[in-house]
Amino acid sequence: VCIHRVRSCSSIRIIKSKYVCVFDKSALKFSHQQRLFRTSAVSCGQIVQFKLSDIGEGITEVTVKEWYIKEGDSVSQFDSICEVQSDKASVTITSRYDGVIRKLHYSIDDIALVGKPLVDIEIDASKGVASEEDVVETPPMSHEEHTHQEIKGHKTLATPAVRRLAMENNIKLSEVVGTGKDNRILKEDILNYLAKQTGAILPPSPKAEIVPPLPKSETVPAAPKDKAHKIPVPVSRPIVFSGKDKTEPVTGFQKAMVKTMSAALKIPHFGYCDEIDLTQLVQLREELKPLAEIRGVKLSFMPFFIKAASLGLLQYPILNASLDEKCQNVTYKASHNIGVAMDTEQGLIVPNVKNVQVCSVFDIAAELNRLQSLGSAGQLGTSDLTGGTFTLSNIGTIGGTYAKPVILPPEVAIGALGKIQVVPRFNGKGEVFKAQIMNVSWSADHRIIDGATMARFSNLWKSYVENPASMLLDLK
Amino acid sequence: MVLQPSLKNCLRLSCVLRTPKAGFRSTDCGALIIQSVSNDVYQNLAVEDWIHDHMDLEKRQVLFLWRNSPAVVIGRHQNPWQECNLRLLRQKNIKLARRRSGGGTVYHDLGNINLTFFTTRKKYERMENLKLVVKALKALRPQLDIHVTDRYDILLDRHYKISGTAAKLGGTSAYHHCTLLCNADKFVLSSVLKSPYKGLKSNATPSVPASVKNLFEEDPTLTSEMLLDAIAKEYSTQHQIDHHITLINPADETLLPGINNKTKELQTWEWVYGKTPKFSISTCLNMAYKDSVLDVKVNMDVKHGRIEVCNIDLPEQWLPPALYSELVKSLTGSKFCPDETTTLATTLLRVCPQDDELHSRWNLLCENMIMLM
Repeated sequence: VCIHRVRSCSSIRIIKSKYVCVFDKSALKFSHQQRLFRTSAVSCGQIVQFKLSDIGEGITEVTVKEWYIKEGDSVSQFDSICEVQSDKASVTITSRYDGVIRKLHYSIDDIALVGKPLVDIEIDASKGVASEEDVVETPPMSHEEHTHQEIKGHKTLATPAVRRLAMENNIKLSEVVGTGKDNRILKEDILNYLAKQTGAILPPSPKAEIVPPLPKSETVPAAPKDKAHKIPVPVSRPIVFSGKDKTEPVTGFQKAMVKTMSAALKIPHFGYCDEIDLTQLVQLREELKPLAEIRGVKLSFMPFFIKAASLGLLQYPILNASLDEKCQNVTYKASHNIGVAMDTEQGLIVPNVKNVQVCSVFDIAAELNRLQSLGSAGQLGTSDLTGGTFTLSNIGTIGGTYAKPVILPPEVAIGALGKIQVVPRFNGKGEVFKAQIMNVSWSADHRIIDGATMARFSNLWKSYVENPASMLLDLK
Repeated sequence: MVLQPSLKNCLRLSCVLRTPKAGFRSTDCGALIIQSVSNDVYQNLAVEDWIHDHMDLEKRQVLFLWRNSPAVVIGRHQNPWQECNLRLLRQKNIKLARRRSGGGTVYHDLGNINLTFFTTRKKYERMENLKLVVKALKALRPQLDIHVTDRYDILLDRHYKISGTAAKLGGTSAYHHCTLLCNADKFVLSSVLKSPYKGLKSNATPSVPASVKNLFEEDPTLTSEMLLDAIAKEYSTQHQIDHHITLINPADETLLPGINNKTKELQTWEWVYGKTPKFSISTCLNMAYKDSVLDVKVNMDVKHGRIEVCNIDLPEQWLPPALYSELVKSLTGSKFCPDETTTLATTLLRVCPQDDELHSRWNLLCENMIMLM
């Protein structure tokens, strides 16, 4: 199908090329797989010394700054090989050949000379060699970017190599079925299409041939069917998936999470859940929101939940405690430093609002604003992230109703708040009304906290949140 | 200056590619002048990448004009810790970007203009481009004493640098870009470009510090717009095209397919910090604890922006050995980044004994370590 010319590359003078055949990576891999099945020797290729070409402006030497490949890697033409620098100019050296890297002539920070070998590439003799002139017709692109061709409103994806192949054989890409990712047309698809045209026997591609079988009850149509129009039998060909597993080491932030969560699971958790009617709180917040905004603070529901929790903790201080490692002593913490779980790019972080017991709802809202903007900028300090005694997680902003939160040591309790949903409920008179319902899920350390304590705390918290006016009675 | 982009002016670059005469008043299309409507450094750098990768510069060369809101731009092979005050950048919300061309670190704000000359590799000629800029400036203000050095800098009054240059070559195309100081904030410039980090050893390209001056200081009647216009005029004269600047929006995916991915890539931590050549830190922390000052030697190797090796020379038993080894184990492999280290340190604190003395020592050590980043 393709005509190749093998050219020698002893000089770096630009030689006019007649034709260059470019393979896309999938084709290269395909042929590599084929090679493994052959019994003949694999390294029958010719070693070519790829020399560092002229940079321009009379530059004779450059510094090698980064290698994109290593010895043993396969490269295709136009793949980036390395990055060199010369006098404020950074140059990406791309491969002229398809093959396997056999030797790197320089290490990082070495001085490379123009005109001298940069890498040795082993070229498979049957593939042929590209000429030395940089191909101008096909501008260099990364493998992720393919040329789009708009055909009848559909975008057809194909690499320049595949398009050239189609063009040479007078094939319209619109007539070829792509079997690659996103219906991409691969080299195999072109070959299949060609083979069909020339009558060669090839297994039909599953997408083109599967036709739903006719229902059995259908009567035979009066007009005889065209002989050529046969109902093709779907061929059970396994669908090829070329994705690869990717293994990464657990580093940094995840490592720390592994440590914390492993310790957390040593705590015997028990859960307690309930349904909260936020109808009144929603109304209250609507009224207070503009007032807070005038003072430059965004008011969400969290400040109310946090303050209510603190009021509850005053009555049930065991929930704001800490159990030592040997489970011998319980420390009742004086400060209510209530943590608020935040979702950032890196993952979960839990900054806390200090001394909620002496803060007003507005103070808490302002502090939350500060923590949130620092959190999203990745600038939270150690004091913001340490010293927490109790945690609330508003997972409902993302979604969900009930949850099973994990206690963050050295704390002993945690609450997860689901999303607010508008649902019908019955009021005292037996009438149906629109209620704003949110679910809360508590987890507590069963070693020092019993179900009854948790239930009573939850009821108290619930009563504050459902009747915000009642908080006024107990505010300190 | 606030650019008022009009949709009519934003030509489809792809149309311009295929049918050069469409929408173009000029009959000769040897060159094209485009200007970005965005002041986002990442978007503008992405446009450079896009043109470099997608446009056929054989038929037509391109001049790209752009300005950025406050940002520090480091060269492809530089070390941001070595080049600028990262703490100050974070505080002042100044962006950090790594460009794909070589060269040194520069500070951009709206008082600085950027010019990028796109050509094929064969026509890559930096001196010619800079001479064009000088000619344009002299045509605007003949009394200006400006000239180009052999380091491709433009100097004012023989002494002050007003422009720095960098270039990128790859495949078949090349670009040469340079800055031009019109009315930038010199105070911020000098404070952000001074690195406070000590004990860094690396083979990254170092910047060459220079005294700078704004053209505005020489002649207060000059504005960025005037400079851009003068340069565009000279370029159009030399390339025999109409003096017409096409405005482009770097967020427009239909105009520049794939541009948003390029913009995103330029903002990733892996690109900005992770592309730093391998370096080592050998320094001493002076930690004031209670009534004494502790000298703690720290040695770290950082590769791809991550801590490869970490040694902290603490006095014996200052921290329980188990906890110390936990800290070192967690730091190894994590990003050399204050945010990640803070998160790590505070998370680890949850699983160690709840001792106030221990906690304060731990916090002190971690805060000092974070100051190195």
